[in-house]
Amino acid sequence: MIFSEQDLTALFVTLKLAGLSTIILLLIGTPIAWWLSRSRWRFKFFIEALVALPLVLPPTVLGFYLLLALGPNGPIGGLMDSLGWQPLAFTFTGLVIGSVFYSMPFVVQPLQNAFSNISNRSLEVAATLGASPLDRFFSVAVPMAKPGFITASVLGFAHTLGEFGVVLMIGGNIPGSTQVVSIAIYDHVEALQYSQAHWLSAGLLMLSFVMLLIVYGVNRRFSGAQK
Amino acid sequence: MSIQVRFDLQQSNFRLNIDLAIAGKGVTAIFGPSGCGKTTLLRAIAGLERIDNGYLSVGDQIWQDANQFLAPHKRSVGYVFQEPSLFDHLSVHRNIEYGLKRAQFKDDSGAIDQAIELLDIGHLGARMPNQLSGGEQQRVAIARALAAKPKLLLLDEPLAALDETLKAEILPYLESLHRDLDIPVLYVSHSRQEVARLADQLLLLDSGEVTAYGKVADLFSSVHLPLAHQSDAETIFEATVADYDAEFGLTTLDFPGGHFFAVAKPLAIGTKVRLQVLARDVSITLDHQQDTSILNIFPVTIDELLNKDDVQMTARLMAGSTPLLSKVTRKSAQALDLKKGDVVYAQVKTVALLT
Repeated sequence: MIFSEQDLTALFVTLKLAGLSTIILLLIGTPIAWWLSRSRWRFKFFIEALVALPLVLPPTVLGFYLLLALGPNGPIGGLMDSLGWQPLAFTFTGLVIGSVFYSMPFVVQPLQNAFSNISNRSLEVAATLGASPLDRFFSVAVPMAKPGFITASVLGFAHTLGEFGVVLMIGGNIPGSTQVVSIAIYDHVEALQYSQAHWLSAGLLMLSFVMLLIVYGVNRRFSGAQK
Repeated sequence: MSIQVRFDLQQSNFRLNIDLAIAGKGVTAIFGPSGCGKTTLLRAIAGLERIDNGYLSVGDQIWQDANQFLAPHKRSVGYVFQEPSLFDHLSVHRNIEYGLKRAQFKDDSGAIDQAIELLDIGHLGARMPNQLSGGEQQRVAIARALAAKPKLLLLDEPLAALDETLKAEILPYLESLHRDLDIPVLYVSHSRQEVARLADQLLLLDSGEVTAYGKVADLFSSVHLPLAHQSDAETIFEATVADYDAEFGLTTLDFPGGHFFAVAKPLAIGTKVRLQVLARDVSITLDHQQDTSILNIFPVTIDELLNKDDVQMTARLMAGSTPLLSKVTRKSAQALDLKKGDVVYAQVKTVALLT
């Protein structure tokens, strides 16, 4: 067996985390991206900068603040505590919340670009043909932004796969619950288990590369089809 | 049925001030220079532009008044823009179905088939928009606007983005719309040729104000409007094919003030056609000339005579009840002593069939 059981669990946790985060990001990111692409509000740039923040912020900084917020003494953790719920720090749910913040720009930005390229004219035509605003969004904007959705999903997923700092800060390193591949690799190296570190690293490398191949392949096909 | 429009929009660099009842049938051309507010008016009628404190009703339906503003998707309009703006992700057939699927009153009376037939695009159904030529795309866009059986069709310079060849390809389809469609059409254009061929009514717009509204033939021949004084001033009239002389290849066309001989391909007797006579092709003589090659000569009364500039004059002649514009030099007018009320002869050099 190449992977130990613990490694396999870490792999499973990682894929589950990335998948779940991507789905949530698409649900949250789509309206944000749509609003950013259509709004003419003068302070829109403020929101754009906020969304882009995780691109430049060290993950440990983001993780640190999330830990404070989600911990039993933080505003969110405290609220949950008073409602009799488990605090979210050091849980899988906490990891998902962290990943959503961490990967937000990788989902919102491709979507925003794709939405910005949709002409108002197409939406106006749809309106004159009887499509309500919501109908226009789903029948015109979403299909036209399809390459953007593919890019956003893959980037969001792949970026969450490689998460390390945020996970370490708010997830700890609990095998079977919050231990992800990137941290498992770190543990193997610490313990001088290089061959196991190799297998996990190579697996992550392949997975990431294949996903990026999909993104660039899809983009090429769509930009080719438009010409 | 009529279309009641009242909009008053004042902006620093643009204004639109319209209060008018537009005829609820036939093609009304909205004509004027760029920036005169044509497109804004059309967009406001579709609800794409919101002009506060306006009023708009189409037939017995109020689309906008002090209390309500009907959203564009709740207005039964077909809108064709300058660019075809087809949905790239849908096939031609699904583009055309788009509006019908969303129509408030499902109408199975075959509007979609009629639209496809009118625009002759039946063979394109399975294709994607990017596989069509520019002219085909615009035909699909027009069919798409018609398929949901709108109460009102709005065309915003549908030919402006096309080159001359494509224009010539689409014009016949627009003419067939004009003949076969029973809904009112508002047609924004800055091409006089398109107006002459397609429109029944004409709405002249300048700097956001209506300068004239009426039948095309009346407005084209009114010497009080700038149209009659342009170098390509023309008169258009409706006529009926009365006879065809096969020996000489000449068609006789009856109009209320007489008849014309025209060179045209043979048409069935009784066919209604639209004729165009350029003002510069009409000359005036005091007597009925016999020794001339001109075939179309008839008595007319000078209805009005106006200076265009120091050199030229524009005369409005009446052949019975049909007006006819003529361009004469001021020198000739003085030499012949032309005055309002005189009975003279009009010699028409060329008559063109527009439809």
